[in-house]
Amino acid sequence: MAFDIPKTAYSGKIKEVKLGSGGKAVTVGGETAYPFYLFEGQMPNLPKIAMEVYDSPPEEWPAAALEPFAGVTNDPVAWAKKCITDYGAEMICLQLKSTDPNGLNRGADEAAAVVKKVADAIDVPLIVWGTANHDKDTEVLRKVSEVCQGKNLIIGPVEEGDHKKIGASAIGYRHTVVASTPIDINLAKQLNILLGNLGVPDDLIIMDPTVSGIGYGIEYCYSVMERMRMAGLTQGDDKLQFPIICNIAKEVWKTKEVKIPEVEDPKMGDAKKRGILMEAISATALLLAGGDVLIMRHPEAIKLVRGVIAELVK
Amino acid sequence: MPLTGIEIFKLLPKTNCKQCGEPTCLAFAMKLAAGKVELALCPTLSEEAKSKLAEASAPPIRPVSIGAGGRTVKVGGETVMFRHEKRFENPPGLAMLIKDTLDDAEIDKRLERFNTFQYIRVGLTLRPELIAIRNDSGVADKFVAVINKVKQKSDGALILMSAKADVLAAGAKACADRKPLLYAATKDNADAVAALAKETACPVVLKAGSVDELVELSNKLTAAGIKDMVLDTGSRTLRRAFEDQIWVRSAALAKKFRPLGFPTIVLPCEMTDDPMKEAVIASVFVAKYGGIVVLSDMRGESLFPLLVERLNIYTDPQRPLATTEGIYEIGGPNENSPVLITSNFSLTYFIVSGEIENSKVPSYLLVKDTEGLSVMTAWAAGKFVADAIAPFVKKCGIADKVKHHKLVIPGYAAAESGGLEEELSGWKIMVGPREAAHIPAYLKTWTP
Repeated sequence: MAFDIPKTAYSGKIKEVKLGSGGKAVTVGGETAYPFYLFEGQMPNLPKIAMEVYDSPPEEWPAAALEPFAGVTNDPVAWAKKCITDYGAEMICLQLKSTDPNGLNRGADEAAAVVKKVADAIDVPLIVWGTANHDKDTEVLRKVSEVCQGKNLIIGPVEEGDHKKIGASAIGYRHTVVASTPIDINLAKQLNILLGNLGVPDDLIIMDPTVSGIGYGIEYCYSVMERMRMAGLTQGDDKLQFPIICNIAKEVWKTKEVKIPEVEDPKMGDAKKRGILMEAISATALLLAGGDVLIMRHPEAIKLVRGVIAELVK
Repeated sequence: MPLTGIEIFKLLPKTNCKQCGEPTCLAFAMKLAAGKVELALCPTLSEEAKSKLAEASAPPIRPVSIGAGGRTVKVGGETVMFRHEKRFENPPGLAMLIKDTLDDAEIDKRLERFNTFQYIRVGLTLRPELIAIRNDSGVADKFVAVINKVKQKSDGALILMSAKADVLAAGAKACADRKPLLYAATKDNADAVAALAKETACPVVLKAGSVDELVELSNKLTAAGIKDMVLDTGSRTLRRAFEDQIWVRSAALAKKFRPLGFPTIVLPCEMTDDPMKEAVIASVFVAKYGGIVVLSDMRGESLFPLLVERLNIYTDPQRPLATTEGIYEIGGPNENSPVLITSNFSLTYFIVSGEIENSKVPSYLLVKDTEGLSVMTAWAAGKFVADAIAPFVKKCGIADKVKHHKLVIPGYAAAESGGLEEELSGWKIMVGPREAAHIPAYLKTWTP
């Protein structure tokens, strides 16, 4: 009996979306098969990793996560530059934590000025992530869109409750939107349809299925992402053929398992390595489920995941 | 290919005798096709029909057991490519490598780690299952001595690895009572190793240089009467090994290709020298179809993440994990500490307890049994409403632990606050945040 490699019947293709502008712009998507099933189709653009920068100094990060950014955590421009120069970041994600109404509640103008400074200082694509508070994000992200016209930022999260106003400003100033839904394939499809109806062109949309790390329900987003790829690639569902972005680092590094010191629980091993592996393994699982852009934090975790991507296509 | 209900019906006695518990033979056939009843329930089946049906209903990937007694590991038995299609059945066994060239002290340390690395999560004990003893010395006596030592100090299931059939035989005889997995039959020693597997009734790994070669080997051992096999495609680069896993599983499931209808074994320990890289490579195979994953060593920092990843991927999508109902003390609370209540969906519990811990405000967390539903779903289903919550709060004994009688309920259950104040006389109900992420800010301003 000879062995034939079974083949999946594909009928669709993931849309290609260009992020950023200028020489360092990147293109994501374009897959014609399941993630890394290179024996069945192409992955013309390998998944990209964006490095996190915060617009206010982080609180309660474990030492392992702070160490690589010592000296720059109170300056988003310096932080972003360090990520690019020292750690080879292909993209930056500026998390606008300071705008959280439950936290510092910084105003839209101030936040947008910081985004503009970062955007002007770097040449790689810039993702700008709000706080998922509809009113506040609408205010902040519209201002950001306006002052950063021409940069082709990636702005989000854009949810059903605020998609109209943020979507309109993204069309107006030509930025890509992150269509964000709570771990549900039907809601994801619906939001993509709504954005389409609003007039957001397909090449300005990427999807955020809402992700979590290992030990915290990663199986839910893992399966939703697999189903999105299945619908897009084998059932020709063009409303689910968008690249997927995963804002994973902040989910991993806030858990208690990355914080427990080894002296408190020796079975958990070295805290720094454990944190790095919790992030790298979470990110790897999301890659296998269909992630096109991973937002990550620790340079060592990023190196490991880059290694996995390189070896899966070698 | 699996038979349809109609095809099964043709083989049944068609007497509608009802002895199987179904009203008609057709109804029985339909249930059999759906895997809902056992063939043995039909008392009047002909021998011919029995053998035809048994063959057709054999699982596409054979479940294989390794080990004996309490620590038996079952791998294989998978029925789908994607977990949402049904569920993944048997989590990949994690194995720690022990070379027989290591000195005694190092072996002791490894066994100590293997035995003590256990983690309790959602009421389950997460731990590695297997120890792979590899004959690097080439000497049978050395191999047997290490096997005996491991046997004596650990009850983990064993994998015996040797390139020499005679050394493997010596090892197998030293621990046949533990039903070790023999590694491996290759095209050069297939006859000898097949005979050994048969004699000792141990499961055996087939190792080949390619999937094609593996098919040949599998046919050969099947012909020799061996049933419990595990497949090593021989690939030691990530891309090749990843593709092999997909091919093997899809051939077995989509094409019912019997020669590949067995669980696999992958060896990240032979794919890199860097322990961090090895852990990430192993994580690929935990998600994508590894049956047994052999690691060069076990350290808490890499084992724990792999175990929780495995727990997540192998969770039945149709059955949410639940936490035990009760009072959870976080951060050493006292009689003036806040009391919060939430549902027993394990994810809810992890996130809420994590945020309480982040707040650094010692607290009591009451976890109400909601049959594994999240707060909002449980509320909508009437399992997290005033007349379900109140009796639990009364009987759990929290009233004796705190001086104040204030209960913080999740923002999503705000509608229950009135009902709860009525049912829990003397308690003040406070509505907490909707999102767990806002718990720390909330608790910092909480006063008794």
